[in-house]
Amino acid sequence: MISRRDFLQWTAVAGAFATGYSGGLTRAAAQQKITQNDLLRFDSKGTITLLHLTDIHAQLKPIYFRPPDTNIGVGAFEGIPPHLVGQTFLDHFGIENGTMLAYAHTMVDYVNLARSYGKLGGLDRTATLVKAIRADRGEDKVLLLDGGDTWQGSYTSLQTNGQDMVDCMKLLKPDAMVGHWEFTFGADRVEEIIENMGYPFLASNIFDNEWDEPVFEHTAFYEKGGHKVAVIGQAMPYTPIANPRWMFPQWSFGIRADVLQANVDAAREAGAEVVVLLSHNGFDVDQKLPTVVNGVDVILTGHTHDAVPKAIEIGSTLVLSSGSHGKYLGRVDLEVKGGKVVGHNSHLIPVLSDAIKPDQEMSTKIDEVRAPYEEECSRVIGKTESLLYRRGNFNGTWDDVICDALIEQRDAELSFSPGFRWGTTNLPGSDITVDDLYNQTSMSYPSVYRLEFSGSQIKEILEDVCDNLFNKDPFFQQGGDMVRVGGMGYTCAPKESIGNRISDMTFLKTGEPIDPNRNYVVAGWASVNEGVEGPAVWDLVEAHIKARGALKTQPNQSVKVLL
Amino acid sequence: MLNRRDLIKYGSAGAAVAVLGVPQLALAETVPTTDDRIKEFTGGAQIGEGKVSLSTPEIAENGNTVPVEVSVESPMTAEDHVAEVLILADGNPRPGVATFKFTEMSGEAFASTRIRLAMTQDVVAVAKMSDGTFQMARNTVKVTIGGCGG
Repeated sequence: MISRRDFLQWTAVAGAFATGYSGGLTRAAAQQKITQNDLLRFDSKGTITLLHLTDIHAQLKPIYFRPPDTNIGVGAFEGIPPHLVGQTFLDHFGIENGTMLAYAHTMVDYVNLARSYGKLGGLDRTATLVKAIRADRGEDKVLLLDGGDTWQGSYTSLQTNGQDMVDCMKLLKPDAMVGHWEFTFGADRVEEIIENMGYPFLASNIFDNEWDEPVFEHTAFYEKGGHKVAVIGQAMPYTPIANPRWMFPQWSFGIRADVLQANVDAAREAGAEVVVLLSHNGFDVDQKLPTVVNGVDVILTGHTHDAVPKAIEIGSTLVLSSGSHGKYLGRVDLEVKGGKVVGHNSHLIPVLSDAIKPDQEMSTKIDEVRAPYEEECSRVIGKTESLLYRRGNFNGTWDDVICDALIEQRDAELSFSPGFRWGTTNLPGSDITVDDLYNQTSMSYPSVYRLEFSGSQIKEILEDVCDNLFNKDPFFQQGGDMVRVGGMGYTCAPKESIGNRISDMTFLKTGEPIDPNRNYVVAGWASVNEGVEGPAVWDLVEAHIKARGALKTQPNQSVKVLL
Repeated sequence: MLNRRDLIKYGSAGAAVAVLGVPQLALAETVPTTDDRIKEFTGGAQIGEGKVSLSTPEIAENGNTVPVEVSVESPMTAEDHVAEVLILADGNPRPGVATFKFTEMSGEAFASTRIRLAMTQDVVAVAKMSDGTFQMARNTVKVTIGGCGG
């Protein structure tokens, strides 16, 4: 824990920094309202504390991340968390407008609140919280679990093949982790990192293609708070479909609910009183999972980047989804009696960077891993006068910048950009740096292809991707958002079935309907195919931003949603 | 995102199905449908459910080689065992995949193989018991262009 004097000194410094902002609240005012101790306040229960960090996407530094304005649930998942956004979210959870939680969880009054409350995340802030909770509860009671998508997503993670994240995470001393984008560094690199990582990389659902044998450990056991706790890991089930299979050709994934049930049963037989599933399945998959797999006490879920203030209960299973990009630290306390969980409390702690004293050890390490790249990372490539963001079911403004760049730089008629859920936010009036550019694009298969597709092929592609997002059975959802399209408008009806969701496809250049029989020149990036040729997406986007001058990208009006 | 090779594959799979649609009358005699195959196998008998467990991925990682496992609950004695299991891929141009034969000496009625699926479709397993009754299971396997998740 920090001393009181340190903390007072530090808040005074932060206060000095904070002058000169305007908005509904000043940043200084917001800070005086919220202290580190406020963030740590928690009605602790029992003798076990689970801490959950997930989908950091290599964000070592505090960031802005605008929550989605569209996150549609279908079938049994319509209108329930996590498919609530904006004011509906605030009303559902009884959160007052303008508060820190309103800022962290919704896009209501986003820019104003962002200027008031400042950035979220930063691994040095998270380290402070983790250390404080360990000190408060006792290390023998706390498990820190990393839900994966940790090594990918920034300029420095790309340059170091994830080593920057590995070195920093090591200081946090997680007890286990699972993976998804980790695999896009290739099977050899994953194995190399795991060998020296110092904590288990778990996957109940990855099997060798040739012998159908488990590739990784599936379960790790711990003694915490006087109880035996089993943690089972689950990798993103559709990694070989959503990402390039050729990068890990020997490994087969899938949900494999029957394997999971067998591993849960085995853990119980081995004496586990608490079974935790550390999952990269996605929120809806993990809402369905307790209806087909018995005996899991807690699912700590990631992948879909949903942030829900408290764990939801499905039967006797708690499901906590701890957001993304380091914005939150998830906490679940468990009280165990007679081999059973009898009480719990849970909460997502917003990592409000300006209210938390950075952990010195972690700050030093972050500076160290970034030092060779700091000059390049902070290089300014342009400026935006409007809000740039990605997250949401359909095109965000950052995506529109990328789609425009692809069309202009590759002389295409249309463009495709993947519906990734990672990527940070730039506030209006801010510089765009190399850090910002790579926060949208950093990955190991960035080539921009240029191909001709017929109008009917384009419809088929959109229908296919849409069904991965809006299939009524969550076990068929892959967890990304809709593919972003440039140069074309369309209407989407999420509740329809495959083949019937996409209509009114319009070629924006002429205003005419997309002709199913005509070929269109399409530029796109992040193809899962091996040997794709073309320039890297970040070079095209940089050239485009430099050519454009200050960006004034308004929210996309060409994609219409029919509910 | 999709890639060119996948798209071509996908396109040609679609084309194969379309071709089937046109000369349907001519082909109907030579390529029996899934229902025809089941009727032929069961002789039109009632088919129960619950004893066959069919394991397939929800979404195929590679439509060209989809792992399929089937097991049938049975004591596997001389009086009461599984005789045959018929596997069909409902959406393939030719739905017939395999027939596995068992005896009481088999010990268990279990088989696994890898099959090619041209597009999203149901995989069907029908088991014939030694007493002449039938059991069935059906799973949907999705074959997707994929590649936009994350």
